[in-house]
Amino acid sequence: MSTVAHLEEEVKSSAWSGGKSPFSVEYGKLMMWFFLLSDVFTFSALLIFYGAMRFKSHSWPDPDVVFKSVPGVEHGEYPLVFVGIMTFILIASSVTMVLAVEAGHRNSRKEVLNWMILTIIGGFTFLGCQAWEWSHLIHEGMSLHHNPFINADGSTGAVQFGQLFFVITGFHGFHVFTGVIINIIITINVLIGTYERRGHYLMVEKVGLYWHFVDLVWVFVFTLFYLV
Amino acid sequence: MASQVISPEAVHHHDVHGHDAHGHHHESFLSKYVFSMDHKMIAKQFLITGIIMGVIGMILSILFRIQLAWPDKEFPLLEVILGKWGEGGRLNPAFYLSLVTIHGTIMVFFVLTAGLSGTFSNLLIPYQVGARDMASPFMNMLSYWFFFLASVVMVASFFVETGPAGPGWTIYPPLSALPKAMPGSGTGMTMWLISMAMFIASSLMGGINYISTILNMRTKGMSMTRMPLTIWGFLLTAILGLLSFPVLFAAVILLIFDRSFGTSFYLSDIYLGGEALPNTGGSPILFQHLFWFLGHPEVYIIIMPALGITSEVISTNARKPIFGYRAMIGSFLGISFLSFIVWGHHMFVTGMNPFLGSVFMFTTLIIAVPSAVKTFNYLATLWRGNLQLTPAMLFAIGLVSFFITGGVTGLWLGNPSIDINLHDTYFVVAHFHIVMGCSAIFGMLAGVYHWYPKMFGRMMDNKLGYLHFFLTFISAYLVFFPMHFMGLDGVPRRYYTFTEFEMFTKWIPLNKFITLAAILGAVAQVLFLYNFFVNIFRGKRAPQNPWNSNTLEWTTPVEHFHGNWPGEIPAVYRWPYDYSKPGAEHDFIPQTVPLSETVSSNTPHDFGFHGDESQFVHEYYQPQNLSAAEAQKAKQAN
Repeated sequence: MSTVAHLEEEVKSSAWSGGKSPFSVEYGKLMMWFFLLSDVFTFSALLIFYGAMRFKSHSWPDPDVVFKSVPGVEHGEYPLVFVGIMTFILIASSVTMVLAVEAGHRNSRKEVLNWMILTIIGGFTFLGCQAWEWSHLIHEGMSLHHNPFINADGSTGAVQFGQLFFVITGFHGFHVFTGVIINIIITINVLIGTYERRGHYLMVEKVGLYWHFVDLVWVFVFTLFYLV
Repeated sequence: MASQVISPEAVHHHDVHGHDAHGHHHESFLSKYVFSMDHKMIAKQFLITGIIMGVIGMILSILFRIQLAWPDKEFPLLEVILGKWGEGGRLNPAFYLSLVTIHGTIMVFFVLTAGLSGTFSNLLIPYQVGARDMASPFMNMLSYWFFFLASVVMVASFFVETGPAGPGWTIYPPLSALPKAMPGSGTGMTMWLISMAMFIASSLMGGINYISTILNMRTKGMSMTRMPLTIWGFLLTAILGLLSFPVLFAAVILLIFDRSFGTSFYLSDIYLGGEALPNTGGSPILFQHLFWFLGHPEVYIIIMPALGITSEVISTNARKPIFGYRAMIGSFLGISFLSFIVWGHHMFVTGMNPFLGSVFMFTTLIIAVPSAVKTFNYLATLWRGNLQLTPAMLFAIGLVSFFITGGVTGLWLGNPSIDINLHDTYFVVAHFHIVMGCSAIFGMLAGVYHWYPKMFGRMMDNKLGYLHFFLTFISAYLVFFPMHFMGLDGVPRRYYTFTEFEMFTKWIPLNKFITLAAILGAVAQVLFLYNFFVNIFRGKRAPQNPWNSNTLEWTTPVEHFHGNWPGEIPAVYRWPYDYSKPGAEHDFIPQTVPLSETVSSNTPHDFGFHGDESQFVHEYYQPQNLSAAEAQKAKQAN
């Protein structure tokens, strides 16, 4: 134990002993993670509320009957087709985002730019699909006050069905929308070379976290509204 | 100013990031006092806004106390002050409900959440973990200004036609969901919701900043178990806020849709003014679940910073290490975890399944364990300590007293069988005012008295502080203790007048007594306000370390400048509670003192050696292990 004496001057130096980030991440990324954690609770509260409403109700409209239309097809019966396409687009935009982040690690500005633009296009396409679906449902008579679709057991449809659909998919759509706006800002920064001068593309990584989160939330919204 | 002697590199040297936002120190009035991004200034902004909101909340409580004490008497002065709300010298019943609502909202959220953790998290986190500033000074500034706007909107609701929100601070629907239900459900309620949405944004931005700063920006050597307990309190408070406020946010979104867009989330089968409303299938109980999922952690958001401050103040002023440091951390963690699974105890009388009620009772009563750990640790720290009874210390001891008194009635109310009788009575009012109201405000005042020299560079007046403490302490007990007996007799909360009920008229004399005690308490706060505001300008200059404390904030110069330490941030070599360490020269050893300077008081434990002590000493003092210089140093220190 001849080293003991030197311990007197020694400053602790393990990962959690201070002087550095225990996760080796920069503060902004840590803040993003905690913000997402917080948002998880917002969405969980809304979705649990949805679940509680649905269990409380003696019956609920059958999603295969409600969500069966696709654009351009009159009176078509294609349950899950359109929303499947929407979901695929959103997940594909997550993939392009991953590729943008990866290109950022290589400091390849041009590739980041391309993948970011594709991500933005994916986001807008998703929002467009959602707009079509909303207007279609409104056209069929669904609103915050009225639910034209009967329950699976044939009784009058639970009014909360449409209300929750609009509020929760709307809240998610708002997240997608803000995500697209942030993506656009980041893309402009990539375009004018802000991150190239800074020497790293960490911002792309941070908004990427947000974008993946929004996708992940959609998986739950999709499951709860369209599948079960 | 000292800012001239430190190089920009010193300020901006950061292991994790550089402050791009303030590359120079030519501060204008706006950037220094208004849109400041310095954590110390933001802390003062939070504190002073919190004090102003506290005064408003206190005045509201005096107004409704007057109504409760003299329900049939006319006070022409009320009409002069309140206009139509005090018509004929008597308080308007709808306005009475608004007073109760806004008093609760202001005290719970604006004073004891933002005013308490906003102030001390901002002041102490960068100071005590050894950082130049918060992780994101800009978001920190936004956090304050959102809070400020929320305060303005909340107070502004007094000036709308139908008055401020009136459904109680818990804003249960349907009263909060139907704008026409009563005057307080109208515009005032809308403003309440807007204000709280901004408040949630503020607390979110503050919270992620506090957490990131604590996790990422501790100075060298400041491991998690060398952090002062204040920081542990702030860390877990921020995490609680981060996870529970969004649930209130979700509940508020749905409430706004019910209020303004005709949805039926919380509404079902209601008649309003003899007319049936179209809403069906909603559930007001679900709102209560969502609300209390925030509401219960919220009481720990209020009390945990106060407990952290108390740990620090008691240890410093007892000149003893805090008893059971790790147990204190463990109990913080335990309280934080349990706080999320007890909300149902607010809802025992909502028709909850009795079995579920028992589950919530079980989790609720378990909280008594970590709470008792804290209480006993405070008492053990005080035990045979060299007590320095500064005003801060008295307030900290006051917290312990209230925490015990209020905690004991918590055990009563946690049992459904008792709660069903006591629900919505003055017993509940007494319980939570003592355990979270008085405790937390005493913790906050302890913090203000203790860190005032750090905040303003001047000392508060001790004599006024003692007078303030004793008057507040006595009047708080006189106000809230008798309410237990009213509650046991079944006197309900939030009633406008008790002369209407034959069985409650016997409590009118006691109500008068309580009101007089409350006025005494309010007058005592004037002493504090005088002491606080006058000494900002006229107080005695503060020394660098007035309480001989160990923590890092007292190693910074008295003058404030952005960056906190001139030169490098000091490294940390020990935990913050080396008070009266056997063998040490002084009765305190700051965290920045290396073990090599304290050879006479070092213990094997200081080196992380937990084995056989004699073995350690034997090996450590082997002469061949010490260099000549070290041996001499050791001799001198001995």
